[in-house]
Amino acid sequence: MTSAARQVETAPMTRVAGEALLELRHLTVEYGFGGSRVRAVDGVDLEIRAGEIVGLAGESGCGKTTVANAAMQILRPPAHLTGGSILFQGEDLVGKSVEELRRFRWRNVSMVFQSAMNALNPVMRVGDQFVDTMRAHERIDRRRALRRAAELLELVGIDRSRVRAYPHELSGGMRQRVIIAIALSLNPELLILDEPTTALDVVVQREILQQIEALKRDFGFAVLFITHDLSLLLEFADRIAIMYAGEIVESAPAALLAADPRHPYTQGLLQSFPPLSGPKLPLTGIPGSPPDLRNPPAGCRFHPRCPHCLPERPGLYLRQTAERPRLREIQAGHQVACHLVEEGVA
Amino acid sequence: MSTAAPLEVRNLTKRFPLGGTLHRASVHAVDDVSFELRPGTITALVGESGSGKSTVARLLARLYSPTAGTVLFEGGDLSAVRRRRDVLHYRSHVQIIFQDPFASLNPVKTVRYHLERPLRIHHIVPHDQLEERVHELLQDAGLVPPAEIAAKYPHELSGGQRQRVAIARALAVEPKVVLADEPTSMLDVSIRIGILNLMLKLKEEHEIAFLYVTHDLASARYIADDILVMYAGQIVERGPAEEVLAEPLHPYTRLLLSAAPDSAVGLKATRIEQRRGLAAAAVDPPEGCRFVGRCPLAVAVCSELTPALIEAHPGRAARCHVTAPAPGLSTTPIERKS
Repeated sequence: MTSAARQVETAPMTRVAGEALLELRHLTVEYGFGGSRVRAVDGVDLEIRAGEIVGLAGESGCGKTTVANAAMQILRPPAHLTGGSILFQGEDLVGKSVEELRRFRWRNVSMVFQSAMNALNPVMRVGDQFVDTMRAHERIDRRRALRRAAELLELVGIDRSRVRAYPHELSGGMRQRVIIAIALSLNPELLILDEPTTALDVVVQREILQQIEALKRDFGFAVLFITHDLSLLLEFADRIAIMYAGEIVESAPAALLAADPRHPYTQGLLQSFPPLSGPKLPLTGIPGSPPDLRNPPAGCRFHPRCPHCLPERPGLYLRQTAERPRLREIQAGHQVACHLVEEGVA
Repeated sequence: MSTAAPLEVRNLTKRFPLGGTLHRASVHAVDDVSFELRPGTITALVGESGSGKSTVARLLARLYSPTAGTVLFEGGDLSAVRRRRDVLHYRSHVQIIFQDPFASLNPVKTVRYHLERPLRIHHIVPHDQLEERVHELLQDAGLVPPAEIAAKYPHELSGGQRQRVAIARALAVEPKVVLADEPTSMLDVSIRIGILNLMLKLKEEHEIAFLYVTHDLASARYIADDILVMYAGQIVERGPAEEVLAEPLHPYTRLLLSAAPDSAVGLKATRIEQRRGLAAAAVDPPEGCRFVGRCPLAVAVCSELTPALIEAHPGRAARCHVTAPAPGLSTTPIERKS
């Protein structure tokens, strides 16, 4: 039996691939109170099944990080949950006590934040930071915790002797790996990665992603991968959800999304990454810029930038500019929120 | 298209001294870099963080002075440029665009102010034509309607629009050379292509020689004619962009290429080999190839002798004993380094 299989056996709970692990239902998050509210996340439905990598892609300010923070229940004022439910293995997290949530976090779901490599305590040895995390959540003596820290470091490709290192003795890529190792130290079922490699160079980025993939295979955890880099997700994710202005506008298996994107925003995003191989064609990107969520456009939020929103088609134009499109399944596993698709135009 | 190079860089070297009284160590940020920028051509300078690519751009913009080497502008040596009038002349022909459009514009001044200033300082147009020229520049940079944009303050613009203002400002002096230091990396993905397309349009219409500094190989392939790959302060590969990226000579270029996500391929089967090492400039590097510790092709000579940039095929050069050996140098694999 491989070491991988043994690892899975010692996992706290049996994980059946394909069963819903985290379900966000009509999640709504607002910033601010009273008259000056901004709805940063507006009715997001997202499901992450055991053992899969789900990518959440979108531009800055589209609400993707807010979704992750809401799922972890770590929203801080002025952000607050105003609707929807967060089901983890069928249990709603909304309304749980602080103590219950504390146990849930890190044990069940852990998160690696944007530029997390700066989150390490600079005056504490790496090993002690593992010990702190583990001992905050379970009874474990220091020696055993340090041994586990060394094992985890090895798993992410860092020499085990580095448990004694201080963060400044490690490179940015190594610090990011340490953070990922700490996130895995309590054997969570879901790992949320928020732009885990954005500050890193491409070579280091790929090394880390390969490692996460390998660890995922061995441990069987699921991953919610949040990034603005759709080209990365096309390679790395099983399923991709595209967010725009607080909403999910399309969701599909990665291969299907690459081959047959249906939402004009997804099409535009895919048109924003020049290829490294194949023919060199002029790309268009997307004209305009994302909307101000204090004052989002009526109807479809993408309509001011949509190349298919034309007054020459008055019936459709009226729907596009006045009616919010709903996320609908167009084929198994492929959902789109677009009037064009509904009306069979695109 | 004329082929005379307005800007030529020869053996450019920049060292940043570190502390120490007896043995003064220094970071070799830029080491023996030579290239030229030709009119109507975009030259991409690619490399990872710390490789020295931004330092090259800053040296060319006269923000740093080089430790050694020469920069020739229209045949004249830049280090000889001292008088204010000559500096102004140089600056009116060589402009730089920075990465962060949020920091490069004055928040309390309108767009009009930003564009009028270079026009006044360099006496580009008579007073009564200032407004007309400002509007032309904005239009050129894709900012419409110009009258409306000119009256706005930076905070009223999106990131992409701000970067376009920075580009319009650089163009105001009708430069021959534009140094663009990661001009899209702080922008949202959906508007990056717009900036790249603008650079393509400007190179065509104004015959500008662009230096495009980036870490993004895919965008370099999209807009650049030529490509320079930097590793630890040195140029390790040089050639036409399409050729270099289709068939890289240097093992480092190969590594970079295999690590970069490719939107055309989707799921990539290639897995990169993990050999630790940094692309960052080294402190007093020893003789030998700087990539040797990570190189799958390394032979004995690689750790003994620093390879020179050798032209292996017409137009294609690399700093590698194995793939671009110097004539007469024996690089038969003596013993494989682990």
